[in-house]
Amino acid sequence: MPVERELEEVRPSLRGLDSSRLRELDQRAEAAREKKAAYGLDIDLRAFHEGKALGRTNSLETLPDEIKDVMLASGVDPSESGRAGSYVQVGKNVIYERVNRIYSGKLEIMDVGDALEKYPEVRDLWWTLVAPDQDKYTAFSQLHDVHGYFIRVFEGQEVELPVQSCLLLHENAEVQNVHNIVILEKDSSAHIISGCTTSPRVKTGLHIGISEFFVRAGAKLTFTMVHNWGPEFHVRPRSGALVEHGGTFISNYILLKPVKSVQTYPVAYLRGRGSRAVFNTLIYGLEDSYIDAGSKIVLEGEDSSGEAVSRAIVQDRSVVYTRGTLLARQNRSRAHLDCRGIVFGNKARMFAIPELESDGAPESLLSHEAAIGPISEEEVEYLMARGIPRDEAVSLITRGFLDVRIMGLPQALESAIQKMVEMTQRESM
Amino acid sequence: MLVVEDLHVEVEGKPILKGIDLEVGAGETHVLLGPNGGGKTTLLMAIMGMPRYRVTRGAVYFKGKDITSLTPDARARLGIGMMFQKPPAVRGVKLREIAQTVASVREVAHPSAPSLEGIAERLNLSGHLDRELNYGFSGGELKRSEMFQLLCQAPELVLLDEPESGVDLDNIALIGEAINDLLGKREKIKERKASGVIVTHTGHILRYVNADKGHILIDGKIACHGNPRDLFEEVQKHGYGRCQSCR
Repeated sequence: MPVERELEEVRPSLRGLDSSRLRELDQRAEAAREKKAAYGLDIDLRAFHEGKALGRTNSLETLPDEIKDVMLASGVDPSESGRAGSYVQVGKNVIYERVNRIYSGKLEIMDVGDALEKYPEVRDLWWTLVAPDQDKYTAFSQLHDVHGYFIRVFEGQEVELPVQSCLLLHENAEVQNVHNIVILEKDSSAHIISGCTTSPRVKTGLHIGISEFFVRAGAKLTFTMVHNWGPEFHVRPRSGALVEHGGTFISNYILLKPVKSVQTYPVAYLRGRGSRAVFNTLIYGLEDSYIDAGSKIVLEGEDSSGEAVSRAIVQDRSVVYTRGTLLARQNRSRAHLDCRGIVFGNKARMFAIPELESDGAPESLLSHEAAIGPISEEEVEYLMARGIPRDEAVSLITRGFLDVRIMGLPQALESAIQKMVEMTQRESM
Repeated sequence: MLVVEDLHVEVEGKPILKGIDLEVGAGETHVLLGPNGGGKTTLLMAIMGMPRYRVTRGAVYFKGKDITSLTPDARARLGIGMMFQKPPAVRGVKLREIAQTVASVREVAHPSAPSLEGIAERLNLSGHLDRELNYGFSGGELKRSEMFQLLCQAPELVLLDEPESGVDLDNIALIGEAINDLLGKREKIKERKASGVIVTHTGHILRYVNADKGHILIDGKIACHGNPRDLFEEVQKHGYGRCQSCR
């Protein structure tokens, strides 16, 4: 099929790309069509289909209550109160995008397809931090029509309120194909919360999410992703972040509900001098979940620094891998990996796999600590001696272990996520 | 207040206490002295009901009630509180959070109890309220944290395991004052209701806290009773050798 016709009929979202670039990306993706991912369960993509088309909405408040409830449970507020802007995608449909009036001119939010058409610089950034031929999931994403958010914060702008995005699946056996681009221009700052969830009636599905973050000099991006799926959902996020001189990228990942499988291994490239990346991961492994979640920090800038902290509670029959890689390529860089897990029951399994690599950077300092164990009986009994019943003591310790405060979230968001942790605890005990 | 009757306790299958009898009246403070491994900590842990310390014979009564089979939290709610010698750190749980919980769990409320912030200030712990419980605390801070929690709990029976160990002189004085508050030592003798059992290895705490009775525990048994200062003097002069021969 000629490229032009294919774009119009099959992949209208990629109409902004010129034909030679599209061909090159397609060729790479075609070569990886059957390529299994390095980690995680392999998924038969033929078991999933593209969902139906839906219209746009003028207000999130008009969405059905059951949808608003799952949005709220993923940190996305349909009332949009206290939010700088919103983006909502249901299946393949971008149903809502809006910038809060007081932030007009400070940031922009649009469907990534529109951004590709509108901005040449976005076309240049497309697939530069994640490779289309990384595996069959990235290949699928490139070879099919794709939507996602484009969020840009303009130079010098501080966006105090969080920008929220909701990526929602609404049909059984649907594949949601998402590709996001986020740009924090020089000396800007923002907090993005991305809630990924499903309509309560939907039982199975696959979410493929490509995200490329560009944090320019002196900028700061805090990105918090809350996954709230169901026990028969597969999830394959693929993320990369580029951090320039003096920039900061903080990525928080929260998974508190059962899921069929998640495999993710985001990478932050610290290119600039004094750049910094932090990955915080909180995981509750429940029921038969198979979760393989890692993070990688590549220290390429002088005086760059990183930290990767993961906390996992693993119970029932779940399997949880927490991986972490610190790679130093520049002297005077430093990074630390801190990975801890609590395992309940003899059918749950957890693996902590830290890797440190110094590549021609003899003066860099990389360190890690990793521990997996039961909940400390000594701590439980100590709290009991203070008059706290055993189940409450266990609950206090596990809640403290999954300490949301490490993420440095805005107060309202921190409270909302803390409530999610408490709800999961109550349901799982 | 507390009656311990023919108490036998084992830890991980090893017998530690071999028939302890002890009676602590309301408002009384008792001191337990003895060499390492004699069973002092085990006795306090068993009175508190810590699960690792298994009672194989005998009983513990608190205010006339047999509490031998009660869990530690049930005992704490009845009014027993313990200062641990080596308390664990509990990550992610703030000192303030635990103090608030502790203050609310007593079955009998103390309406005149001072505020949590006031107690913290007295113990130089105001800056520690929002820190993780015992995490990264120095030796003195750990002891003050323990005292702080007990003062919030306001128990009627206070079990103190080596309150002075690993603490400098300034902190010992502060802890001594807090113990006196906890035991109501500033009240008239007749009005004192809180009782205490203090384990001490060095006896330094006796410079700050007046105890009514002393006991020397050796090899899981009480070897002798007496005036606490006399007992401490004896131990300082002659060690525990003569106590052994007393049994």
